[in-house]
Amino acid sequence: MVKLIPLVLFLALVGFLAKGLTLDPREVPSPLIDKPAPEFRLPTLPATGTDFKSADMQGQVWILNVWASWCRACVTEHPLLVDMAAEQRLPIMGLNYKDTPEAAMAWLGQLGNPYNRILDDREGRVGLDWGVYGVPETFVIDRSGQVRYKHIGPLNETAIENIVEPLIEELLAAPS
Amino acid sequence: MNTLLRLCSIVVATALLTGGSSRLHSAESVLSFQNPKQEALYNQLIQEYRCLKCQNQNLADSAADLAGDLRREIHMRIVEGKSRDEIDSYLVARYGDFVLYRPPFKATTYLLWIGPFVLLAVALVYAVRLGRRGKHAVAEAGAGQLDEARRLLGK
Repeated sequence: MVKLIPLVLFLALVGFLAKGLTLDPREVPSPLIDKPAPEFRLPTLPATGTDFKSADMQGQVWILNVWASWCRACVTEHPLLVDMAAEQRLPIMGLNYKDTPEAAMAWLGQLGNPYNRILDDREGRVGLDWGVYGVPETFVIDRSGQVRYKHIGPLNETAIENIVEPLIEELLAAPS
Repeated sequence: MNTLLRLCSIVVATALLTGGSSRLHSAESVLSFQNPKQEALYNQLIQEYRCLKCQNQNLADSAADLAGDLRREIHMRIVEGKSRDEIDSYLVARYGDFVLYRPPFKATTYLLWIGPFVLLAVALVYAVRLGRRGKHAVAEAGAGQLDEARRLLGK
C-alpha cells in the first residue's frame, strides 16, 4: 500500500499540471463581478461640455468597452462591436483608455464607431478603478448597476455567442 | 576556481540587472516622503504586489505603464498616511488576491499555505516507513547469512 504513495502523488501532480495547461494565466478573475460598478464621471469625445456619469446608466443594461487607438488587439474585436452596435439592443460605451482625442477619433473614423458615447479616460484613472490591466476589456453591467461579466482581451465570436449574448438576453428580460 | 569565477559573475550580473531595474523608475520624478518609515513601507509594498500586466514581475521591477500608475497610487496613499491594510484592500478590490505576492490566509488559500506541509508530512511518514522496513530486511538477511556462515564453518 505504502509503495503506491509516490505513484498517487505523481498522478495528482500530473493532474494539476494538466489542468494548468488548459487555463490562461492572463485571465485573472475580476473581483468586481456581481459587485456594484465603480462610479465615475468623465468628459466625452468629441467634447460636448456635458460629462458622462455612470450613475445615469442606472436601470439600463449596458456594455463598457475599454479600448485605445494604440491597442492592436482592439482592431481585431472592433468589427464584432460594430455588429453588436448595429443591433441597437443596448448602449455600448467606449472607455478610451490612455489615448489622445485626435488619435482616438481618427481610429474610429477609419474603422467605424460602435459607441453610443466615447468616454475620455486619458489619465487612465477610471481604468484603474475598474481593474483594467490589459486593453481591450469589456464589461457587462446590469440594470441595478452591478458588473455581471468581464471579458479580458479582444472579444471573439465564441465568447459573444456562448457568454455575452445569453447573458444580455437574460439581463434585458429581467424587469428593471 | 572555475566555479568561484562563475559564481562571482552571476552575482555581478544580478547586481547589474537589479540596479538597472531600479534605475528604470528613478526616471519617474524623485518620490518624496514625510519620514523614512513611509519610504520603507513604500519600498516594501512595491516588492510585494504583482504587476498584472507582466505577471511574473512585482511593481518595483515592472516597467509597464500600469505598474507606474499603481506605484503612483501607492505612493499617494502612503503619503496620505494610509496603512498597509488599506492599500492592500485598495488593490485587492480591483485586481483580486492575485495582485498580492503574499496571499492572505483564508478558505480559498488553505491548500496553498498548508499544502506543502501536508506533502512534507506524507513524505516524512513514507521515508520513516521505508527506513524501518530497510532495517528489518538487513537484520533478517544478517541473521540468515550468519547461520549460513556457521553452517559452512561447521560450527
